[in-house]
Amino acid sequence: MFDNPALLKAIFGRLTLESLPLHEPIVVATFIVVALGGIALVGALTYFKLWGYLWREWFTSVDHKRIGVMYMVLGIVMLLRGFSDAIMMRLQQAMAFGGSEGYLNSHHYDQIFTAHGVIMIFFVAMPLVTGLMNFVVPLQIGARDVSFPFLNNFSFWMTVGGAVIVMMSLFVGEFARTGWLAYPPLSGIGYSPDVGVDYYIWALQVAGVGTLLSGVNLVCTIVKMRAPGMTMMRMPIFTWTALCTNVLIVAAFPVLTAVLALLALDRYVGTNFFTNDFGGNPMMYVNLIWIWGHPEVYILILPAFGIFSEVTSAFCGKRLFGYTSMVYATIVITILSYLVWLHHFFTMGSGASVNSFFGITTMIISIPTGAKIFNWLFTMYRGRIRFELPMMWTVAFMLTFTVGGMTGVLLAVPPADFVLHNSLFLVAHFHNVIIGGVLFGLFAGISYWFPKAFGFRLDPFWGKMSFWFWVVGFWFAFMPLYILGLMGVTRRLRTFEDPSLQIWFIIAAFGAFLILLGILSFLIQIFVSVRRREQLRDDTGDPWDGRTLEWATSSPPPAYNFAFTPVIHDLDTWADMKNRGYQRPLTGFHDIHMPRNTGAGVILAGLSVVLAVALIWYIWWLAIVSFVALIGYAIAHTFNYDRDFHIPSSDVTRVEDERTRLLAATSQAG
Amino acid sequence: MSAGHQTDTSNHSHAHHGVNHGSLAGYLTGFGLSVVLTAVPFWLVMTNALGNQMASAIAIMAFAVVQIIVHMVFFLHMNTRSESGWTMMALIFTLILVMIALTGSLWVMYHLNVNMMPGHDMSQIP
Repeated sequence: MFDNPALLKAIFGRLTLESLPLHEPIVVATFIVVALGGIALVGALTYFKLWGYLWREWFTSVDHKRIGVMYMVLGIVMLLRGFSDAIMMRLQQAMAFGGSEGYLNSHHYDQIFTAHGVIMIFFVAMPLVTGLMNFVVPLQIGARDVSFPFLNNFSFWMTVGGAVIVMMSLFVGEFARTGWLAYPPLSGIGYSPDVGVDYYIWALQVAGVGTLLSGVNLVCTIVKMRAPGMTMMRMPIFTWTALCTNVLIVAAFPVLTAVLALLALDRYVGTNFFTNDFGGNPMMYVNLIWIWGHPEVYILILPAFGIFSEVTSAFCGKRLFGYTSMVYATIVITILSYLVWLHHFFTMGSGASVNSFFGITTMIISIPTGAKIFNWLFTMYRGRIRFELPMMWTVAFMLTFTVGGMTGVLLAVPPADFVLHNSLFLVAHFHNVIIGGVLFGLFAGISYWFPKAFGFRLDPFWGKMSFWFWVVGFWFAFMPLYILGLMGVTRRLRTFEDPSLQIWFIIAAFGAFLILLGILSFLIQIFVSVRRREQLRDDTGDPWDGRTLEWATSSPPPAYNFAFTPVIHDLDTWADMKNRGYQRPLTGFHDIHMPRNTGAGVILAGLSVVLAVALIWYIWWLAIVSFVALIGYAIAHTFNYDRDFHIPSSDVTRVEDERTRLLAATSQAG
Repeated sequence: MSAGHQTDTSNHSHAHHGVNHGSLAGYLTGFGLSVVLTAVPFWLVMTNALGNQMASAIAIMAFAVVQIIVHMVFFLHMNTRSESGWTMMALIFTLILVMIALTGSLWVMYHLNVNMMPGHDMSQIP
């Protein structure tokens, strides 16, 4: 039976034993480590009998808070993978001088830089941003959950599905060797006949479904489920940025889906959308993918701006300076982000008129961004600033991001871009804004909202270690790249000729090592905080003297968030309530209508992964079976009417009485 | 001491406010208009009434645009008031973005072709 190649091909498609990268010692070693770690984790979960608990309380949960936390866990796990790629590249580039080939062959190195970009954007930054929005937004607007709780669970598992597909490519077959946006013709079937680009396409398509649906969900939640009295101009600024980000997601992600579908058609059925011949045009792919790609960077940065606004206002103990201008700046950025995409390919050859239009729009978009910086500075001016960890990240962001913003405006000048295009200067620029903006914002958000999610603060000592390693490491890692870029070194190179450049790459590798220490400190911080949770505990639910509604409820919030829906009278709702001597209601609780958990999200996402793997490896029978199962199960799930239940008022009373007791104990102790 | 509370436990009780579900007359009007707007382009093509292919093509496009509007008004019940104006806002936003993406892409790709592919007819290259 195993001698019949036609039969094997019909069963396994193009998946053979040779597809396993057994000839790459680095990959094999990684696999052994990952496998041992995985076995240890599975063993521990089984030993402590946690599978049932995880399935019932987390995997099938439709609670926006738990889904938010799971997004954060996914983002942090994938950060470790994405960072391993980064430090491998830094090491390779620091070594490969004077005839040395370094330690990575070109086949492996090309996969690493592609995987690094894809993972960091789609499976680190996106889950972390979505996770924070999921957790915080319903609490900030006084809602019980998001508009479509099951859809939220499904979105999360589709994102996980995409991550699983990317991780699988490490050990079965290979990943794309095309760079993170997989430009044709390189990503076409002619130049990339292997499974790499197919892994890329289907991982992003599966995860893209999740991202799009979670965007729809959050837009709907913010528009329809605000507490009474919360007009648009009384919404917390983080909710505003979340709204704009999700509008961008809903508008931009279909473009990515369409362009990847066209690329898939080129690869699978021989159409000629992006080929060099038969009327195809590869530059159309570049054009279309950046129509998605530029809004994408604002999808990431806008929530970070929201986090910095909340943090600045809370830790300066005053209302945000220029709330209205902040809102309008956010809206202007939302619209303008659709008018700048060509600055990613000035050198394509569209000519002076097109390039100057997009150069000018790009410079214009820095105006609302600059206005935001001034709003934060004026909020700090004469504020009683408490330099807790979230505020430290905010100040580091303002210093770092401003430099990244200025190099961005520099790159927006088309003649300058002709010199700097595709150089390490560009690489330094976008890491400067994404690390200095998005990542610092996410760390500020994590340390700010962690006590809300778990009821205890993060350990400040290890937090500060992480902060200083990250910030100093960032400057060491990327300032040399600016210099190298100005000297003309292009990106994605594996080996170098000129020995005088080596010192800069060694400095950059040293910076990456500092960032490694920053990541380790962050993990230690979480571990230490869990160990010391009794000392770090916060029973008030309001550890930072916060100003927005999420601090009004307990930490962690009960499943129903608020026993009574609050009524909003002012912008900084919770600060307003505290000023007016707000009294928590102690009696008169009602039954609360809640959505029921369901495993359908996990099953649908699992079937999607099977379908994607079947398509990647040309296992057509499996593709048909899993597709039919996917559609069939989705339809069958629509007939499941057992979707809600009521939390009885006795349970609500018990939970609220416990909180009353804790609050009384805290105020006596204080 | 005035931050009051809503005693209603559900905070999404506005489900059917401001949503127009249409009437039979509305649906029939929409259906009639759609049929006419579909039949006329067919007639234009089959009889070549305008006597000019370009004119026919432009006319068909115009009818298609009107058809879209008819569908949105009569079948999707879009007006400036539904969902307190959010539907209209979403429509305008969508139209702006689609306009930007389409005209922008055409403009960009046209200039690219003129600058980079002088004298080539791309569809003839094997």
